[in-house]
Amino acid sequence: MKLSVGAVAEPGSTRANKTGTWRTFRPVFNADLCVGCGICSQFCPEGIIHEKNDKYATDYDYCKGCGICAAECPKGAIKMVLEVK
Amino acid sequence: MKVIEGSYAVAEAVRVCKPHVISAYPITPQTHIVETLSQMVADGAIKAEYVRVESEFSAISVCIGASAAGTRTYTATTSQGLALMHEALFNAAGMRLPIVMTAVNRSLSAPLSIWNDQQDTISQRDTGWIQLHAENAQEASDTIIQAYKIAEYRSILLPVMVCMDGYILTHVYEPVELWEQKKVDAFLPEFDPVHVLDPKKPKTFGAFADPSLYTEFRYMVQEAMEVAKKKIVDIANEFRDEFGRYYGGLIDEYRAKDAETLILAMGSVIGTIKDAIDEMRADGIPVGLLKIRAYRPFPVDTIRDAVAGAKAIIVLDKNISMGYEGALFTDVKSALYGKSGVTALGFILGLGGRDITKQTIKDMVAKALEAMKSGKVQECEFVDLRKEVL
Repeated sequence: MKLSVGAVAEPGSTRANKTGTWRTFRPVFNADLCVGCGICSQFCPEGIIHEKNDKYATDYDYCKGCGICAAECPKGAIKMVLEVK
Repeated sequence: MKVIEGSYAVAEAVRVCKPHVISAYPITPQTHIVETLSQMVADGAIKAEYVRVESEFSAISVCIGASAAGTRTYTATTSQGLALMHEALFNAAGMRLPIVMTAVNRSLSAPLSIWNDQQDTISQRDTGWIQLHAENAQEASDTIIQAYKIAEYRSILLPVMVCMDGYILTHVYEPVELWEQKKVDAFLPEFDPVHVLDPKKPKTFGAFADPSLYTEFRYMVQEAMEVAKKKIVDIANEFRDEFGRYYGGLIDEYRAKDAETLILAMGSVIGTIKDAIDEMRADGIPVGLLKIRAYRPFPVDTIRDAVAGAKAIIVLDKNISMGYEGALFTDVKSALYGKSGVTALGFILGLGGRDITKQTIKDMVAKALEAMKSGKVQECEFVDLRKEVL
């Protein structure tokens, strides 16, 4: 790969940047408590929380662990858990 | 040849460069330039879009967007306005956008002053912009035409600041030779951008670079500056061939070849220094001048060669890096480190519009001659300091 003059990138280049490595806390989704309202998905600043079979889950490759989903979930179905390596 | 105001001459030079987008915010003493340009746009004399904005930060941001879209852009500002642009100036350079700006030199607050010194552009030294200084209205306007050619050169692609002293050059009426459009068109080809911002084919300019790549992008700017060192000289020569006027490449010399004492300076004070040199030469003092035309890229090798035969150098700074000394003085000494045993004196003068006279120049030369005899050198001295008010 050669660098482009002026750091010009084509669309989709951020996919290569796995921002999940930045995370300190991981959101853990409890499917039993989830009512499928989708508020977590609407508030996620990364746009990476998606619905599957009426339940919601995040993409840990890109989740930075900001915790907004957990703060917004009206059912307390998302808990922020310290990442341990 | 017409007797016109310096600001009008600059606006005329911008007009013949056919910019597509002009965006600026009026600020003294730059106002006459953009006022004239907005009139030219209103009259249809330039087929450009003149974007009125609410601040200098917006003005430079408009130019960044327009330049990324592949257009030739122009802005002008001074002092507080240039300081307000600071953050975006780095983006323009890092995104490699060949914007041309007239940076009218004016002091910075506080205390409030609208008069000339060069603290404003010196304070933007590290933004990645090429900085060229002009001695008179003709050079300030001719350099605009050269600046577009330098900026848009494929292996440079950096924005250029053409610096001209406020009032002393912007508001003075001088005879200026104007340009034939045909000749400018032949000299300055159309801007041919590498990347174009187009909603139909979206791209990110100045994208995120993590620690594994950031250094390399910065290195590319440094390399482009090295190319500019050569190209500024080439384009000055081409301009001479085409238009018959020449102001030096990176530097210019005046009675410097056999000079024992060399004065180094930038901007409008050069004219005063030349007159003072003629008078001192008539009195048998072997003194000469190195005019610094390119401040960034800094002409390290050229200065080393030019200083080689001198016994003393005097560096004039219309600025100060507080807690140290004048910025040009630091740069010149650093260029000569380990290469020259020359006696070096740095003077801070002309701040906030204080006049620099021929006598001021002669006094500094006398001090240099004294320092060579005594071996005592004061490295950073305020000239004509009014001790009675302190």
